[in-house]
Amino acid sequence: MTNSDKNRLKDKAFQVFGIFCTLIGLVVLAVFLIDILIKGLGRIDWEFLTSLPSRRAARAGILTAWAGTLWILVLTTIIAFPLGVSAGVYLEEYARKNRLSNFLEINISNLAGVPSIIYGLLGMEIFVRQMGLGGSLLSGALTLSLLILPIIIVTTREAIKAVPGSIRDGSYALGASKWQTVWNQVLPASFGGILTGIILALSRAVGEAAPLIVIGALAYVPFIPSSPLDEFTVLPIQIFNWTSRPQEAFLINAAAAIIMLLFITFLLNGIAVYLRNKQQKKIKW
Amino acid sequence: MKVSERIIEGLLWLSAVITILVTIGIIWVLLSQSIGFFQVVSLTEFLTEKEWTPLFADKKFGIMPLVAGTLLTTFIAIAVALPLGLTIAVYLNEYAPARMRQIVKPLLEILATIPTVVYGFFALTVVTPFLQQFIPGLAGFNALSAGMVMGIMIVPMISSLSEDAISAVPRSLREAAYGMGSTRLQTAFGVMVPAASSGIVVSVILAISRAVGETMIVAIAAGQQPRLTMNPLVPIETITTYIVQVSLGDVPHGSLEYKTIFAAGITLFVFTFALNNISFWIKKKYQEKYD
Repeated sequence: MTNSDKNRLKDKAFQVFGIFCTLIGLVVLAVFLIDILIKGLGRIDWEFLTSLPSRRAARAGILTAWAGTLWILVLTTIIAFPLGVSAGVYLEEYARKNRLSNFLEINISNLAGVPSIIYGLLGMEIFVRQMGLGGSLLSGALTLSLLILPIIIVTTREAIKAVPGSIRDGSYALGASKWQTVWNQVLPASFGGILTGIILALSRAVGEAAPLIVIGALAYVPFIPSSPLDEFTVLPIQIFNWTSRPQEAFLINAAAAIIMLLFITFLLNGIAVYLRNKQQKKIKW
Repeated sequence: MKVSERIIEGLLWLSAVITILVTIGIIWVLLSQSIGFFQVVSLTEFLTEKEWTPLFADKKFGIMPLVAGTLLTTFIAIAVALPLGLTIAVYLNEYAPARMRQIVKPLLEILATIPTVVYGFFALTVVTPFLQQFIPGLAGFNALSAGMVMGIMIVPMISSLSEDAISAVPRSLREAAYGMGSTRLQTAFGVMVPAASSGIVVSVILAISRAVGETMIVAIAAGQQPRLTMNPLVPIETITTYIVQVSLGDVPHGSLEYKTIFAAGITLFVFTFALNNISFWIKKKYQEKYD
């Protein structure tokens, strides 16, 4: 066998290995989803979705958990959306290249790497203790807002960056002020990208359990929260709680709750991907 | 400039500056709470004591068992994610037809969107029982399956960041390698991967940082027994799991036990902060320029 033959053989071997590795990832994903569906799908019915939690697995439902998740989703959007987009707009359109903006940039990329449980400790001291909000929905939403803020800022900046300078120049030439240009030209043109980023950030927030456990969200909440100051639970915490129990019946409950959580996560991600594709097709500067 | 324009700019500036307040808040909370802890427990004891039993009658405050647990699960995760992720990145970039890449990439990205509590369920109820068939001594809670599942979760992070790095290498380099008669494999590992090495290293460091801070998988599947060991088959406890464990209990606010979670938290923060800054520094310093 010549040297060149050997090299060709190695090349082919790596190709097979590459396909194998790619498949491992996909097969694990498939096994995983099928396993969850087999375990949990039979458990999902109207009663499961509309029952309060219970110590008996067969009677327990996820009403308070998904109600809490929905509350958190809405509150987090209200808090994080304006804050993150404003910060992104400032950094991209207003900030001069100086040490402050440089520092802001490093700081934001650092915040993106802080583990979620650390945000839990922050929320515990600041929102729960100092501000006296307790283990409420508002504390949870504020904590998660800080957690996803870096994601929103970064995606907002990228979306704004994609708007060509000629659009701004055109607006200025017509006598528009800086803010008029941002509000009437830049933001509408980049809105699709910004929205995609926010939905992806929310899908991250929906799946978080650790920071909410730290701020004191409970697994057993026997009522639907009616105001932002009420105690709450969310689907990931309910899943964690059921998974930690030894009885088989609770594992089935957990699998059923996972199906609901994945449904929400995939729905959000699907919307984001759809918006991104639509955006890419539509805009030809 | 009109007043309203100035007010708006001020508000936007404020939103950006809030991110600095968040960082200050994190550092302040961690420091102010753990100072009380370190007044009782010396830093030497914290770093050299070999047991961590703050919740027992005989209290010992050595962080090393938690650090060992964290590093063990992280090591296993990276041992799974790095070969898989890098191979996938090279394969998709150098071998796979464009059509396949278009289908496979979004599918792999799904792995990154699944909530971690779901991975924990998977590790505990599927991977551990599966591995127990081959490894008789494997405990119900162990670092091995938690670490492996965490590795699978991290694969898309390494593969997509590495792929970005590899595809940023100019075509001319690849074509030059082909022109010299290289195979795809030689081109990939002789030219493309070395040229993209800084980006790949950054992706691995970010993945390590992610694994160190990962909470729910290890809290569910790796156990709650702080143990100074590198044995992947027995229950251990990570820093993050300890914080969850104490948060779920009813430790009174202000007590020494309560402050231990901030001492653990600051240890975790130091690790991830260092890793993130190293990756940032590498990105700035070694970014290959081919213009």
